[in-house]
This record gives sequence, C-alpha cells and structure tokens, in this order.
Amino acid sequence: MRNDNSSHQGGSFYQRDRSWHPPAFTPDYKTSVLRSPKYALLSLGNTLSEMTGPVFGHAMLGPLDNDLILNYAQTGEPIGPRIIVHGQVLDEDARPVRGALVEFWQANAGGRYRHKKESYLAAIDPNFGGCGRTITDEEGRYWFRTIKPGPYPWPNGVNDWRPAHIHFSVFGHAFAQRLITQMYFEGDPMIWQCPIVMGIPSREAVERLVAALDRENTLPMDTMAYKFDIVLRGRRSTLFENRMEGN
Amino acid sequence: MVQSLRRLKESPSQTAGPYVHIGATPNFSGIEGVYPHDLGSLPLAPEVEGERIVVTGRIFDGSGTPIKDALVEIWQADAQGLYPGQGERRGAADPHFPGWFRQPVDGTSGVYRFETIKPGIVPYFDGRPMAPHITFWIVARGINIGLHTRLYFGDEDKANAADPILGRIEHRLRVPTLIAPRSDADGKPVYTFDIRLQGENETVFFDI
Repeated sequence: MRNDNSSHQGGSFYQRDRSWHPPAFTPDYKTSVLRSPKYALLSLGNTLSEMTGPVFGHAMLGPLDNDLILNYAQTGEPIGPRIIVHGQVLDEDARPVRGALVEFWQANAGGRYRHKKESYLAAIDPNFGGCGRTITDEEGRYWFRTIKPGPYPWPNGVNDWRPAHIHFSVFGHAFAQRLITQMYFEGDPMIWQCPIVMGIPSREAVERLVAALDRENTLPMDTMAYKFDIVLRGRRSTLFENRMEGN
Repeated sequence: MVQSLRRLKESPSQTAGPYVHIGATPNFSGIEGVYPHDLGSLPLAPEVEGERIVVTGRIFDGSGTPIKDALVEIWQADAQGLYPGQGERRGAADPHFPGWFRQPVDGTSGVYRFETIKPGIVPYFDGRPMAPHITFWIVARGINIGLHTRLYFGDEDKANAADPILGRIEHRLRVPTLIAPRSDADGKPVYTFDIRLQGENETVFFDI
C-alpha cells in the first residue's frame, strides 16, 4: 500500500529549526557530554535519499499492537490507571500525515521498565510489556490504550527523577521526517525539573510535548484520555519549481 | 501585523533513552510474544537482486569507548538505484527489497551488523550521479536528536571522488570518516563503518 501525500508530494522539506530542538550538548544531561558531535552539521539539501522513506502497511499490525493493557497480559491485566492516548500526526502545514507508523514504549505504573539494565526498585508488572505501535488513518489519527506510566529515578544527578512519559517513534512520508520524542502529562510538576526536558530551549517548545487531559474522550468508569498531537517537518509545494530529471 | 502563515512547529526531539529497545526491538530486549519479529530485522529474501554485502561497525563516544545501547537504522536504494517505499517516482524498485533496516548494537561488544545489498547509483537534485551510499540514522541515550550520516563504499574511489555531497566537505581530512573500507569474509564483501560521535576523526553528520 502506498501512502504518498499525493497533493504535495515531491517538494523538499522545510529546514529543521535547530534552535527549537534540544542541542546535542546539554551538560545537565550528563550522557550527552561525550555523545554530542562538536563540529557543525554539514547542511545537505534534500536529495532523493532523504525525500524517500519506507512504507509500513496495516497488514503488519497485530490486533493488540495498540493495546498495551492486553498485549502482554499473562495472568490478568496490568496494575495502574487505564488511559487512552490519541491524537493526530500532522506536518508543519497542518496537513494530516496518513499511513505513518507510530511506535511507543514506556515504564509500568510503578515507573519500572521491563529491561535488564533497569535498576529501580519498583516492581516489574508481570502483565505489562510496555511497547506498542499503530499506523495513522486517512486523517492522520492514531490511538492506543495503556496504563499511565509512573515517574522513576535515574542516575544523572544524585537524586534526579524523570517525569512520567511515553516514548514515541514516528515515521512520516520520508526519511527526512524521522523523529523520536517523548510525551509528558498535563499538570506534572516534574516536567520542569527534568534535565532531559530542560535541554529543550524554550518553554513554548516543551509545552508541545505535554499531552492534554481530554475529558471529552474519557470513558466513564473505564479509561481516562490524553490527547497528543505530533508534528513532523513540512515540505514545499512544488510551485514554479524547476525540477530536474530524477528528483 | 501581517497575515499569519499558519505553520506549526515540528515536535521537539527527545532522546530515545536507554530503553529504546523495548519499543524498537522488543524481541531483542527479551519482550517476546508481542510482535512476531523485530521490525527491520528480517533477513533479505532470496529473490532480492543485487550483490550481498555485510555492513558492520561500532559507534564510539568522545572518550573512544564503544557505546552499547545505540539503535541504528539504515535506508538505501535497491541494486538499480531506485528507492522502495514512497517518494520515488522514477520507476518501481525491487518489490522484494525493503530498503530500510534497523538493528541494535550488541550490548557487550557494541558492534552493529546489517546484511544487505550494495545500492545502485541515485542522482543528486541536479542530475549528477551520487556515489553508492547508505543513509544512517543513530539514536541512543545521550543523543538528543537523531544523527544522520552516510556510508560510502571504500571500493568506489572513482564514484566517491565525483560525489557531489563528499565534494562539499570543506575539511578534506574529514571525508574518510564517511568511507567504509572493504574486506572480505565468507565470500562476501564486508564494509566496516565505525562512527565517532565526537573527538578525533569525528564523523561528518548532516543537517538534512
């Protein structure tokens, strides 16, 4: 199945605003110190290698891929507040990004990841794996069901804790749009104390990663809902563009 | 005031973190039964056209230590230089070739490894040929925004010398950071592409 954004295919992507994203070197997040390139990035106008990207069809999805409450359940359901996370994947021109693969992963309600390198004392939940995925529909919408993850401590400062969050990986229509980010929860004071979050230069940008409690989509006596929209890079319309063969 | 362009801002990037494997390669991280296999990890189908190659290497931090928790994605054209997936309008690529692969580095040695084919030549936007190359995207704990780079092939001296991207690198001493030398093992070419995030011989990364 092809998912070209047919009305706007072909244009190159808007330059990424590097002053909006966290820089590579954010010394309060200690691991970034030795993992940040020091040289300037080489600016590369989009070529076909960046303007193309893989397609993932709905056929690859299992029926429980977007249900983290059930997709690892062994003896019962996982402990924790039941939530729905939903939203739209858009580009910078607010056009829906259809057919986008969205992957997500997270800690359990106690803040513990199911991972061998995790050393937090909080208990593993035998019924919670912590991963899921879905593909956006014709309007760029996605949704999944999970339990609300807990905050957890991490070895950065002596006593640093991460705010509750869900990791997101998104594939758009081209490799130039590839993005990994994190979703935080409305009202969490720990967002503003986190060295990873605070690597983002502006409060306005951080707020784009804070999902809103969505009472209207809450299921009574069942599940709370959060709305989280994701924006990928936009691309030029091919207005008056003198396009060479092969591009 | 003027009219608004009504544009949105791209969602800010955040690090993939130390547990990216839970989301991207759950079977590798021991979470089995959720997905039948880790996406991007299936071996090449026998029908895929092209020369079988191995691409391998390690990713070093600024102290020279190989990192053990990175995730590597690659994206490349087929043997004819056509991209599978979306965005390619010059013709249909090899239907058996996905073009995209994803692997974690080994948790002990830090080595990543892909078995793929050598890509064909893809044109630059002005029509000049680009030398065969593979796009790399690297994420890990401590990397705030995914790093894009390219592997070029060590046995393509002539094509590399004419490549418009390599030609734009002002500091010529840095060009070899993008060129993977070739060796041979088990009858297949092996290209070793070590990536240095920082320090001596820091790899050239791209703003695309």
